[in-house]
Amino acid sequence: METILLAVVLGAAFGAALDRIGATNPGYIIGMLNLTDLHLMKTILAGIGVASILLFVGLMAGLVDAGHLSIKTTHIGVLVGGLLLGTGFAVSGYCPGTGLGAAATGRTDAMVFVLGGLVGAAAYMASHAWVASTGILGDFAGGKTTLGPVSGTDNPALVGWLPGEWAGVLLGVVFVAVAAVLPGRLIRKRSVAPAE
Amino acid sequence: MVLSWKWGGLALGLVFFAAVALVKPIGVSTQFVIFNGIVWDAASPDTVVVDEAAKSGYASPNAYLNKSGGKYARSIAEPLNYGFLFVIAMIVGAGVSAVLRGGVARRERAMPAIWRANFGDDRRKRYLAAFGSGFLVLYGARLAGGCTSGHMMSGMMQTAVSGYIFTASALLAAVPIALYLFRKEV
Repeated sequence: METILLAVVLGAAFGAALDRIGATNPGYIIGMLNLTDLHLMKTILAGIGVASILLFVGLMAGLVDAGHLSIKTTHIGVLVGGLLLGTGFAVSGYCPGTGLGAAATGRTDAMVFVLGGLVGAAAYMASHAWVASTGILGDFAGGKTTLGPVSGTDNPALVGWLPGEWAGVLLGVVFVAVAAVLPGRLIRKRSVAPAE
Repeated sequence: MVLSWKWGGLALGLVFFAAVALVKPIGVSTQFVIFNGIVWDAASPDTVVVDEAAKSGYASPNAYLNKSGGKYARSIAEPLNYGFLFVIAMIVGAGVSAVLRGGVARRERAMPAIWRANFGDDRRKRYLAAFGSGFLVLYGARLAGGCTSGHMMSGMMQTAVSGYIFTASALLAAVPIALYLFRKEV
């Protein structure tokens, strides 16, 4: 019951946050990716930074259970999958979470994106055995690796001597700092007045 | 009107932190698989079967649903699980938020202004691109083991090496393609 309540509260908060930062608007995503409007990039970088600082300070203070961390495996599929996802992300201005959110805001192209996504996920379900047989899903750089070792976890570390918690706090500060110094835009393109 | 990057970043960061502190890191793309599995299992009940020997208690003839001790098979058999409900709630949260801010303008609903400025008004063209993109995005996310939420945000906030690699490769494809495709701005 408690899990259900947490899922509802956290999920609703996430959906509302995505909508209010502009992430359910593909115009903001495309603007971020073609470097003409970095507002969303600044927001996301700040978000990662804030989350990272709170998480690692919380871990050090003993307020967060290290067992809640979940590190995904590094493998060649991460790189290939990232390229595929990046392609569709740029063309449509949607990713899985924002596409679902945007569909809920009434955007019909997002509903079509979600349909395509369900077919893509089904295609992966059908081809997973073959993909795995190629060996590209095998552990790379240690598998579930973090930058430095984090107490209370048995994840391998990329840099053994680096205190993982402090690396997390420091990188969090760097993310927030980059968010702050990034300009509103990097380039300007030919402007078109929106058609009436 | 969207939130400033400061307030927006704070809100987003608090949600991602709260999720890890209370339950586990946020992820979305797995639930596309779970949804497919629920539909598939309803059409063909052998898709997920009870298996005492499996770690999760469930198994599937599909290799993907059966992986990690039948973890996905279990989520399909028991849809009232955290991950699936989280995404349902996310959809509702985004919808309610949009209604409260006055909704999306009618003209904007079929395609964003920046698409219209670069590719014109044809809905079929936009829908075809959106469908193909959805396919690529979810195929890629499942191949990578996560998406923008799970790898990029949750991964980098935990200093996961996979999160940095995913983000770098996603942007390596996305930025040049967006620069090339969207040459006019609104």
